[in-house]
Amino acid sequence: MKIALFATCIVDAMYPRTARATVAILERLGHEVVFPSGQACCGQMHVNSGYFKEAHAVVANHVRAFDADDYDVAVAPSGSCVASVKHQHVQVARRCGDAALEARAAVVGAKTYELSQLLTDVLGVENAAEQLGSYFPHQVTYHPSCHGMRLLKLEDRQSNLLKSVGGIEMVELEQADQCCGFGGTFSMKNADVSTAMMEDKIANIASTGAQLCTGGDASCLMHIGGGLSRQGSPVRTLHFAEILASTLESPIDIDGHVQGQGVSR
Amino acid sequence: MSSTYLGMPSLPVFGTGNLNATESFPQAAKRELKNTQLRANLAHATHTIRDKRENAVAELPDWEEMRDAGSAIKNATMANLPALLEAFETNFTARGGIIHWARDAQEANEIVTALIKETGETEVVKVKSMATAEIGLNEYLQEQGIAAFETDLAELIVQLDHDKPSHILVPAIHKNRNQIRDIFLREMEEVDPGLSNEPARLAEAARRHLRKKFLSAKVAISGANFGLADTGTLTVVESEGNGRMCLTLPDTLITVMGIEKLLPSWRDLEVFMQLLPRSSTGERMNPYTSLWTGVTPGDGPQNVHLVLLDNGRTAALADQMGRTALNCIRCSACMNVCPVYERTGGHAYGSTYPGPIGAILSPLMTGIKSEENNSLPYASSLCGACFDACPVKINIPEILVHLRGEDVDSQRAKVKVPTQMDLMMKASEWAFSDGSHINLLEKGLPIGKLAAGRAKVIKKLPGIAAGWTQSRDIPAPPSQSFRQWWVKEHQSPEPRRNPAKEEDQL
Repeated sequence: MKIALFATCIVDAMYPRTARATVAILERLGHEVVFPSGQACCGQMHVNSGYFKEAHAVVANHVRAFDADDYDVAVAPSGSCVASVKHQHVQVARRCGDAALEARAAVVGAKTYELSQLLTDVLGVENAAEQLGSYFPHQVTYHPSCHGMRLLKLEDRQSNLLKSVGGIEMVELEQADQCCGFGGTFSMKNADVSTAMMEDKIANIASTGAQLCTGGDASCLMHIGGGLSRQGSPVRTLHFAEILASTLESPIDIDGHVQGQGVSR
Repeated sequence: MSSTYLGMPSLPVFGTGNLNATESFPQAAKRELKNTQLRANLAHATHTIRDKRENAVAELPDWEEMRDAGSAIKNATMANLPALLEAFETNFTARGGIIHWARDAQEANEIVTALIKETGETEVVKVKSMATAEIGLNEYLQEQGIAAFETDLAELIVQLDHDKPSHILVPAIHKNRNQIRDIFLREMEEVDPGLSNEPARLAEAARRHLRKKFLSAKVAISGANFGLADTGTLTVVESEGNGRMCLTLPDTLITVMGIEKLLPSWRDLEVFMQLLPRSSTGERMNPYTSLWTGVTPGDGPQNVHLVLLDNGRTAALADQMGRTALNCIRCSACMNVCPVYERTGGHAYGSTYPGPIGAILSPLMTGIKSEENNSLPYASSLCGACFDACPVKINIPEILVHLRGEDVDSQRAKVKVPTQMDLMMKASEWAFSDGSHINLLEKGLPIGKLAAGRAKVIKKLPGIAAGWTQSRDIPAPPSQSFRQWWVKEHQSPEPRRNPAKEEDQL
């Protein structure tokens, strides 16, 4: 299968390892990965901040980059960005009166998948240890991000994949379904409420005793990881794609304060 | 240019009364967050109700179909509201009730006051009602020399404490039982000075206090949960029985109901009587449901009035993206599951309607430019828990985003210096509207890495980004972006080899 990678802006610029891990997993399964070079961002920050006019250009760019027949499906290592591509893009086009873009955005949205969705529903991965060689001998807790959980209805796809990684020990997170408080520009506009939500999330993570918190959205993990770092906690955050990409032969190292900092191969 | 009145209907009237945030939400939230007692009370109470609701909902196999039905009935009601209102009026009037139409809070208050004054009474008992809180009826009556006594336990607590409700179903959710005992000891006449904080004892004290009012009151004021258009019937759904007392004992009953509370037919109640109790109190069925249709000679109130209140509802109905907010049946499930409400409490929202539904309903009814109401749609991380909990499937996150767009557009219309947010959005529009633009910017990543220094974190940023760094570090950026790595270093794997091992070092 020919798979177009949508890296997402935050992973492209801040967490390239997450995108490289995504590529590694898909290539390991024997698929061809392409990277449409025109891609930039899903535009969710603009939409969710009310800047629909500005979002129009960003959405148009995404649709232009992925509006091609030369790939079978598109994938992104983010529930939130995929939800935006699937649900928000047509709405932005409609609100801006761009019927042509609306139609093309619907096509792109329909063939775009979140990583665990693609692996589970399309590529038939049920056991990461057996099918991907995933090996990660660490204690890990898992935060399911809101948009993957509620907009994409990912249910336990991510956690099932994680549980099937060799050597891993998953620890249940209390109140896992509670938002971490990121919310895009909410974290700046309503910084105090966002922080209060984050502190409760961090306290729940700490009480698991795990040294790592994983999830499917780099933005939420940056928020949680940034808070852990500020509090001087030894706990790190890590995208689940990197855990799936880790093998016995080439394990990923865990080091450094904030996700993206020290986890290198 | 002069204009001539051509008899065209005027634009919808925006709502007035207690529908406004008077300070911006972030500011109000900052203050409320510091109240640790409030946060502890709220966390305990919301989590308790949340769990009850989840259990009550989980035991119904057709809950999702029920939500679909509720949503469809309400959508159909809003699409046909003028005709349904007229049908209701005809049926209600035919059974001896008297209908009054109020465009806004002031008109409604004046109508109710005049009706009370006609009776010669100066005291009234009240059934818990959001509509009368919205129009500020109690305050208005007080100015007119009429004392209104709240009879719902939680409303009574709030009224005795000279406080404001902070939740639409549990108005005193921000108080714990010790605080309630102290309020009773301080404010209730003839209260047992040895009153304990046991819920049963507190309820008993309230019952004794209220019983005298029930037996002497000649006028009662209520809201209504539903108005049934095909029969002209009004409904109050409650838990304590105080409503039943108010609705049956006095001679005069004055009900204030928003025009959106209609259901087309009696039969539609079957859906809503299942949706409402399970969503609001987490009960299979509420203890008391009162239904009345006009006047029954010799039984119950003989003077039955209904004030049909617009107060911005028509304006909300005119908003194509926002109108489903009117489907709300005031169950409060959205605020009970909201992580923002759980931490700030209801007072931070300013309006009578707090929480996620309030954050859309208030600005829809008043217009986005009213006081600080444009700050309300931002009071959400858009986590979506409210949408999942809503029994009539109001897509609250989508309407929040729509209203943020309305706010941004209304700000654009002003001549002003661009805000930092404007500039950030404009700059990122450029960056994110072409792959080559973001690539150009990403060439600067090593500078960020350098700025982060040996600690490899950024701890302080200026301007609005300081909101982020007040509690969170930012990791040092990588030395190259993914797209740079892809162009320079990625090689498609040879068939049959394990590509994971071919990856380069960061």
